[in-house]
Amino acid sequence: MTGGVNSFQVSGYGPERTGWTRLLARDSVARRLDWPILLSATALSLLGTLLVYSATRNRTELNQGDPYYFLIRHLLNTGIGLALMAGTIWLGHRGLRTAVPILYGVSVLLILLVLTPLGSTINGAHSWIKLPGGFSLQPSEFVKVTIILGMAMLLAARVDAGDRQYPDHRTVVQALGLAAVPMVIVMLMPDLGSVMVMVIIVLGVLLASGASNRWVFGLLGAGGIGAITVWQLGVLDDYQIARFAAFANPELDPAGVGYNTNQARIAIGSGGLTGSGLFHGSQTTGQFVPEQQTDFVFTVAGEELGFLGGGLIILLLGIVLWRACRIARETTDLYGTVVAAGIVAWFAFQTFENIGMTLGIMPVTGLPLPFVSYGGSSMFAVWIAVGLLQSIRVQRPMSA
Amino acid sequence: MSNIPETGRNTRVQIRLVVIQVLVLSLLLTLGGRLWYLQIREGAAYAKEASGNHVQQVVQPAVRGSILDARGVALADNETRLVVSASRTDLLKMKDDGKEVLTKLAGVLGMTPEEVMAKVRLCDAETPQPCWNGSPYQPIPITDEATPKQALQIRERAEDFPGITAEPQAMRRYPSPGKANTAQVLGYLSPVTDEEIKQAQDTNSPYLRSDQVGRSGLERQYDKQLRGKAGVTRYEVDNLGRVIGQAEADPAHPGDNLVTSIDARVQRIAEYQLNEAMKEARKQHDRNTGTNYKADSGAVVVMEAKTGRVVAMASNPTYDPNAWVGGISAKDYARLTGKSSNYPLLNRAIQGQSAPGSIFKVIPTAAAVNAGYSFNGPYQCSSSYSIGGQVFKNFESKGYGPISLGRALEVSCDTVFYRLSHEEWKRDGGTKPKKKPHDWFYKTAHQFGLGKETGIDLPNEVTGRVPDRQWKLDYWKANKDAWCRTGKRNGSYAEKIAYENCLEGNRMRAGDSVNYSIGQGDTLVTPIQMATIYGAISNGGTLYDPSVGKAVISADGKTITPIKPQSHGKLPMTQKTRDEIDEALAGVATRGTAAWRFGGWPQDKIPMHAKTGTAEVYGKQTTSWFATYTKDYTVVMTISQGGTGSGASGPAVRNIYNALYGVSEDGKIDSKKALLPTPEKALPKVKTDGTIATPKIAKDPAKDQQAKKKDPNAPADPLQPATSAPPSPENRDTRRRRRRRGSRRLPT
Repeated sequence: MTGGVNSFQVSGYGPERTGWTRLLARDSVARRLDWPILLSATALSLLGTLLVYSATRNRTELNQGDPYYFLIRHLLNTGIGLALMAGTIWLGHRGLRTAVPILYGVSVLLILLVLTPLGSTINGAHSWIKLPGGFSLQPSEFVKVTIILGMAMLLAARVDAGDRQYPDHRTVVQALGLAAVPMVIVMLMPDLGSVMVMVIIVLGVLLASGASNRWVFGLLGAGGIGAITVWQLGVLDDYQIARFAAFANPELDPAGVGYNTNQARIAIGSGGLTGSGLFHGSQTTGQFVPEQQTDFVFTVAGEELGFLGGGLIILLLGIVLWRACRIARETTDLYGTVVAAGIVAWFAFQTFENIGMTLGIMPVTGLPLPFVSYGGSSMFAVWIAVGLLQSIRVQRPMSA
Repeated sequence: MSNIPETGRNTRVQIRLVVIQVLVLSLLLTLGGRLWYLQIREGAAYAKEASGNHVQQVVQPAVRGSILDARGVALADNETRLVVSASRTDLLKMKDDGKEVLTKLAGVLGMTPEEVMAKVRLCDAETPQPCWNGSPYQPIPITDEATPKQALQIRERAEDFPGITAEPQAMRRYPSPGKANTAQVLGYLSPVTDEEIKQAQDTNSPYLRSDQVGRSGLERQYDKQLRGKAGVTRYEVDNLGRVIGQAEADPAHPGDNLVTSIDARVQRIAEYQLNEAMKEARKQHDRNTGTNYKADSGAVVVMEAKTGRVVAMASNPTYDPNAWVGGISAKDYARLTGKSSNYPLLNRAIQGQSAPGSIFKVIPTAAAVNAGYSFNGPYQCSSSYSIGGQVFKNFESKGYGPISLGRALEVSCDTVFYRLSHEEWKRDGGTKPKKKPHDWFYKTAHQFGLGKETGIDLPNEVTGRVPDRQWKLDYWKANKDAWCRTGKRNGSYAEKIAYENCLEGNRMRAGDSVNYSIGQGDTLVTPIQMATIYGAISNGGTLYDPSVGKAVISADGKTITPIKPQSHGKLPMTQKTRDEIDEALAGVATRGTAAWRFGGWPQDKIPMHAKTGTAEVYGKQTTSWFATYTKDYTVVMTISQGGTGSGASGPAVRNIYNALYGVSEDGKIDSKKALLPTPEKALPKVKTDGTIATPKIAKDPAKDQQAKKKDPNAPADPLQPATSAPPSPENRDTRRRRRRRGSRRLPT
């Protein structure tokens, strides 16, 4: 539906401005783009716009009296996201390879900045940097990208050069160290959800890089032991423990911690097959679900659009993930494969965790639903990731 | 295209990528499955929970139907009061939870801020009264007695009183037309309890939190019809309780009006006369106890003889039913239920039971005829009757020689009934009863409807008691352990009785049947039972279920549901016996024990029938009974510890008849003064708009009657009859055998 617009935008920001003929040529960037991913991601972002609007149009305490406040901003974020994607395609994932150390460094600096008084706390997590003009930045979203790029760069370097078949132990250790630094910082915020995503990214990256099984299973084991240790040492805040307890038993404290889960489940459950109709959800209109425009945006879809709407979101995210897996399998260089696999791990886990928590099968953590949830940083990061995926696909040989 | 890359990609990476892809797919399928489970399989349950989440009800109470008298005069209706209420949801939106507004309001209403705030807090286990136990979305009433000035102040400055409303609302009112308060018959309302809400949840008339429920009397009996159906508006609210839309609204349906057979004027006269009679009795000296009569309680029933409809029913002591309106205060409640007040909430016409004394004698008369004895006899009316050394005396040991049963009724001769009852007892086997004794005297009492409820349309009627063999056995079984423990052969009076009861309390003894034959011993009846029986004698033998409700008329006046008289049997007597008893009872009023109370009565125009009774109660003064009837009405009055039947109750009953028929003391009938010379047959007129035409009623019919009476050189004291003097210082009917009742229990 928006293909024409998107292709225009892509060409507009694209590297070659050589007219429609070149654009439609067999080897043109436009022809080689992964359209299913692009269309699905755009559809998700636009659907998200409607859901965010539905959740916020009556919330005068949030939208500063303008019912379209969040709608406009979400559209704006989507537009910037598309631009970032185009820019990423233009630079190319191989082109970015040289810039990875700088990007990584900047992103780590930014999350360090969050820990300073410049950072601000929202919902118990000290993960934001307030910017002028009412904007705020969540650097941990970008760290997800730089961890993928950095680890992929290290792990694939010698393999792509043809020196080795698999990454050697030293490289793996280096890559893990690279990931560990921002993870520790994010853990200090504390932003447990983002750390969990990064752990899954690391696992996905290691798996795809062909690192030896010992690393993969060792890491899994270490993760398990680490989780127990964290629990035992009481590093977690009370609210984090409470969330897990409420997940195990939502009836525990229906007015307190369990409230989110209960109300979210009621909202989704009451949607039925077709939902109550957009803007007609009583749970949504009555603002029974907290954080509904961000982390709990899926409940709006569940209540107002029903099983069909909720299923559509899962299906669209499935298309993105499925195509990303194909891109990972079909690219020729390990660097591209690892980057794509990292993005798959990221998107997949975040989707599963976010929707899972609204459905009551995962504990509550503050993770956005890719493309759909309101939030600039998250939106930009996922569109950059889409750009990376497109770049990997565009730059692979046309055929073997 | 090939999956093997140019760089000679190893298969390990390829396999792992497939593993990742499968993992991702399974995660998404998990989400899809869970979504299906929540929305499709369990969707209905969640939808229900969601609607409970965001829908709140606001109730518009239905206007309760009025209770009207036979002519349409309201005995219970609704008045408009200015109710000031606070909306809790509005108050909570304010920064200080509405404290400032409530304080300002307290100033206007002349209450303290603490009082007002206590009224709007919600009740829970720890909150003492006052508190609000209704829905928090319901406006909470702060006062129902606001003056128009206060209401105006609040309305004019609405911006100063956000969330506060001052609106007229319908409240129950018992207006006591013509001073007829009818308290015990009307009953009262109180708020519905949690348990009742739960019980009625799934019925077709569920209660709402704000409902008032009839707790006694007509308010309870006809609660369903009177209550109507409250209107409910369902509002959608958000998580803070703010209203975001209106879901649906059911309008309120006002309750039906109940037309009763009560005539407010007659009711007032009955109440007034009962009270006067009791006051007068307290001035009379009781020779037996050496003190004045206590006259601690009493009741009177005026009933239509041909239908069983109750025209008036008074019980004394009484109370003001308005004490219950708007919630009874703790002080009032303690006063109404305390022992010192002698339980004014009791309707003694249906809930007071005592031995009937001689007004019972119509029953042994019918029983004797049924057992084969001739009505005409003659039977020896000796001065006393002995059963093996135990002597049962006639009143004042007077003898009348051989007389008929009719004459025995007229002069209330006890010994005639002693003899008959004793003979029957012997025929049934005496101390060794037959397997199937005839028990004529007891069977007949049951056939007269004693020992069970009359079926009047008022709640909690008591049954009275026929002390037959079965009852004796049951009573003995229940009490023998206590009797045998405390009983002593040579102990005090009470111990001797207990000893005797322990030994043979399960058997019908000769003395029991003798005492029973004149309505003494363990016999208990209620005034309404006796009214039913005397009404049946009047109407030819039909025992009607007494009724107060006459018709239920819907609020719009379009549906009128008459309540038809029901009967629960026929008197067990032939028409001939009835005529003979009827004649004898007329004799009581003209030449018998009640004659001195009906001096100058126009007997040829309005034949009067009466029977007096003076019952003994162990440890108390005698109970006065007076049962009377004409062809239209039956009037039964009783006064506990009031003295003799005709002595204490006579003038009052006569005055009630005087008022009904417009008879003056000298026997003249003035049809203009007659309140109700024939029973009201028609229902009050219903106007086209559904309202019921209300006739005017005098301020106090009882006072009017008194005034009229004083006019033509009538005596000032209604207790002093104008014409014939009493045949003896005490009523002929009176029996003084306090000790004898005990003596039957002594071993002889």
